[in-house]
Amino acid sequence: MNNLLIPNPKEAESIHIIREVAAQFERPVLLFSGGKDSITLVRLAQKAFYPAKIPFPLLHVDTGHNFPETIEFRDKLVEELGLELIVRNVQDSIDQGKVREERGRYSSRNSLQTTTLLDAIEEFKFDACIGGARRDEEKARAKERVFSVRDDFGQWDEKNQRPELFDMLNGKIHVGQNVRCFPISNWTELDVWEYIKTENIEIPSIYFAHEREVFFRDGMIWTANEHVYREEHEEVMVKMVRFRTVGDMTCTAAVLSEAVSLDDVVGEIRESTISERGARIDDKRSEAAMETRKKVGYF
Amino acid sequence: MSENRKLIKIATAGSVDDGKSTLIGRLLYDTKSLTTDKIEAIERSSKQRGYDYLDFSLATDGLVAEREQGITIDVAHIYFNTEKTNFIVADTPGHVEYTRNMVTGASTSQVAIILIDARKGVIEQTYRHFFIANLLRISHVVVAINKMDLVDYDEEVYLKIKADFDALVAKSDFTEDQITFIPVSALKGENIARKSEKMPWYVGNTLLDHLEVLEPADLEPSSVARFPVQYVIRPKTEAWHDFRGFSGMLYGGNLKVGDEVTLLPSLNTSTIKSIHYFDQEIQEAAPGSSIAVTLATEVDLSRGDMLVKSGELPRSDKRLTATICQVNNKPLRIGGKYILQHGVNRVMAKVDQIESRIHTDFTGMEEAVQLKLNDIGRVHFRLSKPIHFDSYHSNKSNGSFILIDEAEYDTVSVGFIE
Ligand SMILES: Nc1nc2c(ncn2[C@@H]2O[C@H](COP(=O)(O)OP(=O)(O)OP(=O)(O)O)[C@@H](O)[C@H]2O)c(=O)[nH]1
Ligand SMILES: [Mg+2]
Repeated sequence: MNNLLIPNPKEAESIHIIREVAAQFERPVLLFSGGKDSITLVRLAQKAFYPAKIPFPLLHVDTGHNFPETIEFRDKLVEELGLELIVRNVQDSIDQGKVREERGRYSSRNSLQTTTLLDAIEEFKFDACIGGARRDEEKARAKERVFSVRDDFGQWDEKNQRPELFDMLNGKIHVGQNVRCFPISNWTELDVWEYIKTENIEIPSIYFAHEREVFFRDGMIWTANEHVYREEHEEVMVKMVRFRTVGDMTCTAAVLSEAVSLDDVVGEIRESTISERGARIDDKRSEAAMETRKKVGYF
Repeated sequence: MSENRKLIKIATAGSVDDGKSTLIGRLLYDTKSLTTDKIEAIERSSKQRGYDYLDFSLATDGLVAEREQGITIDVAHIYFNTEKTNFIVADTPGHVEYTRNMVTGASTSQVAIILIDARKGVIEQTYRHFFIANLLRISHVVVAINKMDLVDYDEEVYLKIKADFDALVAKSDFTEDQITFIPVSALKGENIARKSEKMPWYVGNTLLDHLEVLEPADLEPSSVARFPVQYVIRPKTEAWHDFRGFSGMLYGGNLKVGDEVTLLPSLNTSTIKSIHYFDQEIQEAAPGSSIAVTLATEVDLSRGDMLVKSGELPRSDKRLTATICQVNNKPLRIGGKYILQHGVNRVMAKVDQIESRIHTDFTGMEEAVQLKLNDIGRVHFRLSKPIHFDSYHSNKSNGSFILIDEAEYDTVSVGFIE
C-alpha cells in the first residue's frame, strides 16, 4: 500500500472535470479520434470512475481517410476496456448530400466532420461532448473554456463565454444547447507525452518512426495514398517518419524522425522548434482558420 | 509533469496597453517557448501591420477581434516551462469593460503580475486590479514597472511609482514581503529573462528568475481538510459488489485511512475505511488529490454533501454574507433569486440585502440597490437549504461560490464568503 499520495495537479484537475461531466449531464459522450490526446482522455476517465466502468460511450467521427493503424488500435482498446463505441461516417453525410466532397490539391474531409458530428449529437441527444483539445495547441483554443457552451448549430460565441471561476464548472444548459468539455485544457503537448510515458499507455504505431511512402509539398511531408491528392510532379519517396498528431491522412503531415521509443519521442518533442499544429495542414489555410471553424461547430 | 517540475500559476493585470500581452510574449520568446512557426507568424503579422519591431502581444491575442483592435478581450491561457518550473499564465484584459475576465483569470492563479506604464504611473485600473488581487487573496504580487525604455531607464521614475504603490499596499491586507517591484521593458526584454545593463541601479532578480524561486507550497496556504462528494462510484460488478466509493477532490488538508469523519448535512459520523486512486489503495492523500474514499459504516451520502474530519466542522447556515463581484451584464438586484453553486453543490439563493458597493481604490463603500457588471459589493443572502462553508479568508475553495441566473443559466456573479 502506498503511503502518501502527492497529486499530479494537472491529472487531478482533469479527473475532477471528467467527474463533473458525468454528474452534471444526462448523456455525455467522449469524442475519440484514436489520437494520443483522446487515448489520454480514456485513461483519465478510467481513473475517474475506477473500479466502475466509464459511464459514457465513445464516439468516433470517421472520415474514411484515417490511418488503418489508428482504426485497428481503436477497436482493440474498446475491446480490452469493454467500452461502448459509436462510429459515424463522413461518407454517409456525403452520400446523403449534406456535405460535398472537396476536390483538388488541398482537399480534405476534415471540415466535413462537423456536419457528421452535429448529426450524431442530434441522433443520440448528447448534451455534453468530451474532447481532447488543449489550449496550448492554437491561439484561438487558448481562449476556450473548460465547459464551452454551444447553441443548436454547435456554434461557439467567443465574445460571450461564461466566466469560469476557481474550479467551479457551470454546465447548466437549455434544451438544444450542448457543452463541449475539455478536461486536458491545461496540458501541453509535452505533458501528454510525459504522461503517456509514465503511465505506460499504449498508442498507435504511427506515433513512432516507421518507413512510409511520402511526398513533399510546401515544406511539409504528406502521406502518399489514394485518399491524398497528389500532382504528377510530386515525387513519392520512402522516408523514416512519425506523426505528432493524428487527424486524417489529408490534414496530418509527418515529421522526419528516428524516434522508435517513447523516450526518443519525448526527447524529440523537447528539442522541437516547430509546434504540433505546425504539422496540421488544416490550420494553414488562414491566420484565423481555427477560430472560423470553431464558430461553426468544429472542435 | 513526470519530471517533477513545480507548477506555478500566474495572472497578468494592469491597465489597457500597459504591455501585459507583450510581456508574456517576451517571456515565451526568451524562454524559447515559441516555436519557429509561431515566431514566423508573429513576424508576418507584425510586418503586415507595418511595425518595425516584433509585436509579441500577437503571441497571446488569439482572437480576430483582438488582433484587429490590438487589445486583449478574453483571458488567454499560456503555458511554458523552464528546467525547474511549469508555468500556466492567464493573460487577462486591461480594459475596464473586461474586468470580469481579469477576475476569472486571477481566480485560478497564485501569483499576479501587475503592470504599470512607467509614463503613466499608478492609475485607477492599477488600484482596481490590486484591489481584486487583495480580494482574491493572491499569494504574491509582482509589480512590473514597464516601458522603462520610454523614460530613459530613469531610477527616479521607478522610485516614485514604487512609493505610490507602497501607499496602496499599506491600505491592503498584503504584507511587504508579498510584493516585489521590478523595472522592465517588455518590448526590449530588459529585466525579463536577461538582466538589464541599462538599469544598473536595480539590483534585484529578473522577472523570470524571480518567478522561478517562488515555491508552490508557500503560495497555497494550508487549511483544514474539506472533501465535497462529487460522484458516487458504484461498480455493481461481482468483484466489487458492495463497493460504494465517494469520489471528489480533496481540499485544504490531508485525509487518511482511519480518520474519524463527520458527514454533512446529516452530521452522522464514520471512519475512512479506504482511499483509492485508480487501482491503487493509498494510506493518505494530500490536498489537490482526486480520489475516492469508502467509509466503515453504511451511510447516506450523495453529490453535494461534504465529508470533514470530526472536530473540524465548517459553518452550516441558511444565511450568509459575502463580497460579490458581478461578472454579467444583468445587474444583481435585491430580491433576485439565483442558483448558488458552492463547489459542486447547488442550492437556491435569494438576495436579502445589498449593503454597499465597494470602492475599488480602497476608499470605502457607498450605498447601492444593485450591483452592475464589474461592481464589487457586500451582499446578504438567504438560501433554500444550509450550505457548509468556511470564510474565504480561511479556506478558498470552501469559501467561494458562483451565482447562476435562473432563466439564462449564465454565471452572473462570484462570491467570497465572510
Ligand atoms: N516602448 C515600449 N512599448 C511597449 C512595451 N511593452 C509594450 N509596449 C507596447 O504597448 C502597446 C500595448 O501592448 P499590449 O501588450 O498589447 O498591452 P496589454 O497590456 O496587453 O493591453 P490589453 O490586454 O488590451 O489591456 C503595444 O504597442 C506594445 O508594443 C515596452 O516595454 N516599451
Ligand atoms: Mg493584452
